Amino acid sequence: MNETKLFKRTAISVNMLWIFVFVLVPNLMVVAISLVERDTVSFFRWVPTLANYRGLFDPIITKVFINSLEYSTVTTVLTLVIGYPFAWFLSRVSAHRRSLLLMMVIVPFWTSSLIRTYALVILMKANGVINSTLIALGLVKGPVSILYTDIAVYVGLVYSLLPFMILPLYAVLEKLDYGLIEAAHDLGASNFQTFTGVVLPLSLPGVMAGCIMVFLPSMGLFYIPDLLGGAKSMLVGNFIKNQFLTAGNWPFGSAASVFLIVIMFIMIGVYMVVMKRLNSSVIP
Amino acid sequence: MRRFIGVSWLTAVYAFFYIPLLTLIVYSFNSAKFTTVWKGFTLDWYVRLFQNRQLLDAFFNSITVAVVSSIIATVIGTLGAFAVNRYRFAGRKVFFGLVHSVMMSPDIVMGISLLMLFVLMGVETGFLTLLLAHVTFCLPFVIVTVHARISGFDPAVVDAARDLGAGEFATFFRIILPMILPAVLAGWLLSFTLSLDDVIISFFVTGPEFEILPLKIYSMVRLGVKPEVNALCAILFLITLAAVALAHFLVTKESRQ
Repeated sequence: MNETKLFKRTAISVNMLWIFVFVLVPNLMVVAISLVERDTVSFFRWVPTLANYRGLFDPIITKVFINSLEYSTVTTVLTLVIGYPFAWFLSRVSAHRRSLLLMMVIVPFWTSSLIRTYALVILMKANGVINSTLIALGLVKGPVSILYTDIAVYVGLVYSLLPFMILPLYAVLEKLDYGLIEAAHDLGASNFQTFTGVVLPLSLPGVMAGCIMVFLPSMGLFYIPDLLGGAKSMLVGNFIKNQFLTAGNWPFGSAASVFLIVIMFIMIGVYMVVMKRLNSSVIP
Repeated sequence: MRRFIGVSWLTAVYAFFYIPLLTLIVYSFNSAKFTTVWKGFTLDWYVRLFQNRQLLDAFFNSITVAVVSSIIATVIGTLGAFAVNRYRFAGRKVFFGLVHSVMMSPDIVMGISLLMLFVLMGVETGFLTLLLAHVTFCLPFVIVTVHARISGFDPAVVDAARDLGAGEFATFFRIILPMILPAVLAGWLLSFTLSLDDVIISFFVTGPEFEILPLKIYSMVRLGVKPEVNALCAILFLITLAAVALAHFLVTKESRQ
């Protein structure tokens, strides 16, 4: 075998093998194990069953899932509502100032979400900064409970995931040709019409990418309700974690994970369909 | 008016991002132990941190995993990005699709799937399993970062090198690598940060014998706010800040050229 072939084969096979062994196989295992019976000694036995999926329709568990979907949906909407104008204004800042401002969004993007969640605990706890400030200002008499409520979970999720919404939005808005907006105005379109007819459709890929990057992880971030939420705040992630680490029920936990995988494929599927439509409509 | 709305919107969001982090850093220097009322400046918590054997061990464990896994991911990922760009091979599209799906798939699914893989293969959870897991979630970021850079330049450069008699090896090390080096370094720094900060995946694949910092912090924070943790988190934030700033600098510098 000559050098070129050796190099080529090594480069390809190491990568393919790694992804195969540590991504494809484990994910297929999740699907397989979700379809077999539980075993208290060896975690599962190879007896096919749909009981794990039926178990997900138990009213108590369905409630957890619906709650979690609600958390994720509201978080996605909130990050979009806050993030879209932010990304738009950021893309309009003059180029030499933008570099630093963009950097200031990238830093929270990469900072550990656990550390950022912990920072919120300091702010929101009963004798925390927010309460001390409110009391000092005389706005409230005693500490208000913020921590261990639903609101704290929402603040935590939005705080953790907002950069994941902003960056894809910024990426498309920054490339947007401003001439198109001027053209729309010249042709008599109002601001609102320009937004719905020109800016929004062109930024749709960013909106969708942002929604995927917020919605999917928001169901798994189990430490956010753990640290900020009350007894009833639970995400699908908390449920899966409990099944694997407390209940030792691999098949049931796997079925819940398959639910997340299915949502992921649906979202990616919708994204690809919209992209295809968009490409064929913009470029004739 | 519009300018006013823009500036206030940007300011409000930046305040939302940075007030909690700055508070964390400020209070890591606060001498009060139980309240968040400011009682005076102290370096006590940092001193205590460096006297806490367990935390220091966890810190070095985390750094070891982050350094080793980010180097492995960078080496493999750089070759992968090159292969995807230059060669046409069976399964190329599936491979690239899987790489992207890893970046999107929820951490918790990767965590439990790797846990099951390791348990069923009989690999004891600890350093090795953490390492394998961390390489796995860093790899796609390296491949995508480096691939973006490789596809940016003229393929004729490679053909010219080949025409002049360079082998694939020499072409890669002497032509490609120097050109993509900033992206490789950026990918490495980002992998390092990603590894150092990961909670969810590590939570499932680590063993009782091998403690790492994020999980140690998690278990401490669940029991309440502690001033040492403030100091620790402040240090970790500054490490992330330095790594990201450097990576950003490398990427923007190269795109300006």
